[in-house]
Amino acid sequence: MEALIGALTIFVLAVFVGFEVITKVPPTLHTPLMSGSNAISGIAVVGAILCAGAEGTSLFATILGFLAVVLAMINIVGGFMVTDRMLQMFKRKKD
Amino acid sequence: MMLINLAYLIAAILFILGLKGLGSPRSAPRGNMLGAVGMLIAIIATLINKEVMSYTWIIAGIVVGSAIGAIMAKRVQMTQMPEMVALFNGFGGAASLLVALSEYSKVAGHYHNALVADAGMAAPQWSVALLLSAIIGAVTLTGSIVAWAKLQGYADKAMQLPNQSLLRAGLGLVLLVLCAWFVVKPEMGIVLYAIALVALLLGILLVIAIGGADMPVVIALLNSYSGLAAAATGFVLNNNGLIISGSLVGASGIILSKIMCKAMNRSLGAVLFGGAMVSDEQMANIPGKEFYEGKVKSCGAEEVAMLLENAQKVVIAPGYGLAVAQAQHVTQELADLLEKRGVEVKFAIHPVAGRMPGHMNVLLAEAEVPYDKLVEMDNINPEFSQTDVTIVLGANDVTNPAARDDKTSPIYGMPILEVDKSRTVIVIKRSLSPGFAGIPNQLFINDNSLMLFGDAKAVLQDLTRAVMEL
Repeated sequence: MEALIGALTIFVLAVFVGFEVITKVPPTLHTPLMSGSNAISGIAVVGAILCAGAEGTSLFATILGFLAVVLAMINIVGGFMVTDRMLQMFKRKKD
Repeated sequence: MMLINLAYLIAAILFILGLKGLGSPRSAPRGNMLGAVGMLIAIIATLINKEVMSYTWIIAGIVVGSAIGAIMAKRVQMTQMPEMVALFNGFGGAASLLVALSEYSKVAGHYHNALVADAGMAAPQWSVALLLSAIIGAVTLTGSIVAWAKLQGYADKAMQLPNQSLLRAGLGLVLLVLCAWFVVKPEMGIVLYAIALVALLLGILLVIAIGGADMPVVIALLNSYSGLAAAATGFVLNNNGLIISGSLVGASGIILSKIMCKAMNRSLGAVLFGGAMVSDEQMANIPGKEFYEGKVKSCGAEEVAMLLENAQKVVIAPGYGLAVAQAQHVTQELADLLEKRGVEVKFAIHPVAGRMPGHMNVLLAEAEVPYDKLVEMDNINPEFSQTDVTIVLGANDVTNPAARDDKTSPIYGMPILEVDKSRTVIVIKRSLSPGFAGIPNQLFINDNSLMLFGDAKAVLQDLTRAVMEL
């Protein structure tokens, strides 16, 4: 129970931080914000790696973990790369 | 273990700093880089976790996923960004769903072997977190696939299934009962799989009834769900890194859906639980073609070129029609040409000008329009009264003065670009066909409006040529 309250505390505080930070993102950058947060939600890869690499589990569990790693990595690599591609377009214009 | 958790904390800090970097176009590329570094740290920290025993599947997954992601990121056209984000939302949801199922299968295996799992198989909070991770992940997965299909144009219209709300409520109820069952008897794996299946169906049902015009809200909302699913996975694994990152994404998606709703004068409830933008009753009162009869003034490129030549300030109000006609580059050419002749040119961006939040800005940035020329609605509206010529390019409902003046209009209250306040308004459009709202546009019959009919790209090319010849 103690651990749950700790985790909930972190969750709630992180939501507040999220609101604070994200309301400051200008509308011009809302599309990169969405693709960038796609990349961040790829953090599920942490769970995926733990599932795909665990010993002594069924092959079924390992394969689910493997698929999760693939999907999360698509999000991470694709998300950060496409965000960068867009942001370079905004940068280039200034000079 | 302590070092690993410290690494997750550093990753979370980097994500927050990265998002903070998105506060201005100048600092944004560096912010994005910080986020990527944070992710790399989180991945490395996980790989050295002693629970990870074999690397074959992990490395295979990382290689395959990275390759697919890189190819998608390189190939995607900027007009296709909404589709890509929709797909990525789905992938994020799917990853959380798969982790939940795999984690269950892993722990259940131990449980049956009478090894009491660390995760605390018997603890209800663990089961609840597992359920949330699986359900939100599943709804995000199928909901996103439907949203993607709609954006692709496969199922563009709002599809009304018979007894839709009853069906949704029924499925929701079944889901609740199954969840209660699972929390009481977490050793029943089959119940978890049934829950996942029902949630997948629910995801389809929730999005299929939503029309194309509301897609920006839906994508933003699913973006939020994909984050919340990751946060729920964090509760399952007791991992603060996942909880923090997931909630950041969750907050971001919610904020963007709220902004989109406000820009369309819709409530989130109305978007999700049905309801077309225009009710049947209002639809019956919408005037047809006779609305425009004899009141529309049309003109040619030369006439507009003369107006532009004599203007001091020109504002361009683009809508998605501009992107459909692939006219971004020629728009920038015209803007450039006018600026060289000493005309001040700005772009007025309505929040729903594109098909997702901020989409129009990216499309224009790609065409090398400097970002400081892109002015958002609230800032440009006071400037229209000092504008000589406003060019409306492929935008419709968001410029309709009826939303401001006519209390009986179905779109009354929707924030608009007040282009009608400028001295002259040039509307470039193929025909007088209505926009998403399905209503005629008061702007087109105003005294200070001139219609320039044709394909946006062709018309702009003519216009550019005409200005050069002056």
